[in-house]
Amino acid sequence: MIPLTPERIEERLRERFPGVAFRRQSGEAVRDHTLHVPADHLLEVCTFLRDDPELDFAMLSWIAGVDWLPRVPRFEVVYGLLSLSRRVRLTLKVAVGEESPRVPTVTGIWPTADFLERETYDFYGIEFTGHPNLTRILLPEGWVGWPLRKDSPLGYEEVAFTHNTPGRTKPDPGLKKLAPKKVRYRAQ
Amino acid sequence: MTLNIGPQHPATHGVMRVAVELDGETILRAQPVLGYLHTGMEKQAEYKTYTQSIPMTDRMDYLAPMSNNLAFCLAVEKLLGITPPPRAVHARVMLTEMTRLASHLVWFGTHVMDVGAVTVFFYAFRERERILTLYDEVCGARMTATYFRVGGLAMDLPADFLDRLSAFLDTMPGHLAEYERLVTGNPIWLARTKGVALLSKQDALALGITGPVARGSGVDWDLRRDMPYGGYDEYEFDVPLGTNGDAFDRYLVRFEEMRQSIRICRQAIARLREIGPGDYRLRDYKYVLPPKELVKTSMEALIHHFKIVAHGFFPPAGEAYLGIENPKGELGFYFVSDGSPRPWRMKVRSPSFTNLQAFDPMVRGRLVADLITTIGTLDIVLGEVDR
Amino acid sequence: MTGHRNPMDDDPLRILGPPPVPPRTSDMDAEVPEELRRSLFFARAENLIGWAVNQSRANSIWPLGSGLACCAIEMMSYLGPGFDVSRLGAEVMRPSPRQSDLLIVAGRVSLRMAPPLRRLYDQMPDPKWAIAMGACASSGGIFNNYAILQGVDKILPVDVYVPGCPPRPEALIYGLIKLQEKILASGVELGPLVRKRRKKGGS
Repeated sequence: MIPLTPERIEERLRERFPGVAFRRQSGEAVRDHTLHVPADHLLEVCTFLRDDPELDFAMLSWIAGVDWLPRVPRFEVVYGLLSLSRRVRLTLKVAVGEESPRVPTVTGIWPTADFLERETYDFYGIEFTGHPNLTRILLPEGWVGWPLRKDSPLGYEEVAFTHNTPGRTKPDPGLKKLAPKKVRYRAQ
Repeated sequence: MTLNIGPQHPATHGVMRVAVELDGETILRAQPVLGYLHTGMEKQAEYKTYTQSIPMTDRMDYLAPMSNNLAFCLAVEKLLGITPPPRAVHARVMLTEMTRLASHLVWFGTHVMDVGAVTVFFYAFRERERILTLYDEVCGARMTATYFRVGGLAMDLPADFLDRLSAFLDTMPGHLAEYERLVTGNPIWLARTKGVALLSKQDALALGITGPVARGSGVDWDLRRDMPYGGYDEYEFDVPLGTNGDAFDRYLVRFEEMRQSIRICRQAIARLREIGPGDYRLRDYKYVLPPKELVKTSMEALIHHFKIVAHGFFPPAGEAYLGIENPKGELGFYFVSDGSPRPWRMKVRSPSFTNLQAFDPMVRGRLVADLITTIGTLDIVLGEVDR
Repeated sequence: MTGHRNPMDDDPLRILGPPPVPPRTSDMDAEVPEELRRSLFFARAENLIGWAVNQSRANSIWPLGSGLACCAIEMMSYLGPGFDVSRLGAEVMRPSPRQSDLLIVAGRVSLRMAPPLRRLYDQMPDPKWAIAMGACASSGGIFNNYAILQGVDKILPVDVYVPGCPPRPEALIYGLIKLQEKILASGVELGPLVRKRRKKGGS
């Protein structure tokens, strides 16, 4: 079996989708083969990647959202694909703007995207059009806000020490420490 | 009728809620409701340096803590482009396989206890106590080890650790045989698990299932063998495969994995004895803490130490994903780095989260009792599901 | 035993003030020497029945295993063969809160889990106690963010805090022993009948 190199994958994709602008992510520390795909061609590219016998990306491993505030477009949805027969991973990235954060869902291609897209929606507010049940999955149902966005706070609660609690220089006087007692254990 | 199997169950699998629609006792639909243990780990990782996030990884899959540490450290090392020295690599493999053994023992104890046989819980935890004592010797903590660091280990293995581990491993096959005698041929066990929680091979691939759940359904995929990481390409082991995709096959797969873990552990011990004493951390002080002796004598090492501890190390701006074979499936970390000591994004690919999608297909049309068997056979850890 | 300090006498756990007692109507306690009052085997009870009730409550605590996260696994170890807690009488982990009297909050309490946890505590019949096991249940632990309740004592009254991440099973056993001491030192509500009798005795 010819090993599937990143060049071969791009060659197959370019010959199958001649009009689509695939851009390979470059960078000295970009350790995985990463391709940028425009959102409107995502579904056909993914269907091809899954069904083509030479590529055979049968499994969608993970979906992540990344918030690149203040860069425009703000969000990126990253798909990690895995080809078991060829033992190759591929990362696809779809850029999503802030004004209308919408990406077509890939649950029709890989049903595993169900929970994964719900999680990305939960954290970032990116809508996956066509998803069967796009509701919050990890945060409580009524939660307002998208916690993993860069402008959402961490929610850090200040721990009360004597140096940051005004008027408090000693431990609480009402707290009574019991005197150490001689505990007699039966074994002794 | 809708039945709520609430977030509080007898404390085995954690806080998962299942909304079950029943018709009599037959399940029409079972929807897992998650998020009761959501800890915001991915958000918190953006506010901590890489090393400060390692303790958080222990709390994710808390049954296999060193496995999580390994995934984290390997992913960061991939981002940095460094490899730890051989002693660290083989020590990591050894401890990760011990972790796999511990995790499968908990699975075994709790799964069989859920189905009804409470004795097995005590047997499994008896062995697990010995593994936790070994963990204690190596890193000081029984469960949440945080022993691996980017570039190697936090501290060296104790002097006679390998002897004690060998002694433990010598007793394990006898115990495993004992469990097999107790459970595997047992007609009640066979009745409760054969043909229960079926998952076909196509469904497993489509739903992104990995780990023993997929291997029980016939998907021959094990990251240690097929996309080796962290030194596993030098080890010899078999990957058990099931055929029917029912709970019994997954049970057999995990059981055999326990045996294979013992085998890998033994090879790692032999390898470590061969290598002898040596560096347990990479001597690349840009990213890894220098050894204490050097910190106290050399000025550059002192400055590196100070910089790494106070500020953190500065990885190159880029991204990396690495998946490892956790006892539950493929555990992966995806890091996006912007060159600062804190990751821009840390994404955890959690096997239990993805495997839970198989829950509904597995229990449709079955009885309520099979629901409990299914939760056990999926071997989920809520810390990992909810992160 | 002068000069020989028993480290078991130091109290590493924080106990939230004196044990809760119902308001006292008699000053019977004024006659009892301070030291005796605090000793393990003289429970602050009105009579022998109170002492017996306290003994039985302390030595057969039925916990509700509210095992949430990693501490739950250490709780399972503490129930298991290595650190057998059934020698203290507390191994009967009831699945239902209606049948239990101790809530061991083992693990981090996420904001989503807080209402069900409070509901479980409310469903438990009196007398009930709560142990916050681990750093996350005591104070939020290593997680100080939008998702985790910073200490379960924000939603329910905790009797014993067991620090650790996770606490060793021995630490949890020590916490349980502290709780037993607290129970033994508690006043026992024996009802209006007994009080009426004592009032008649002239107090």
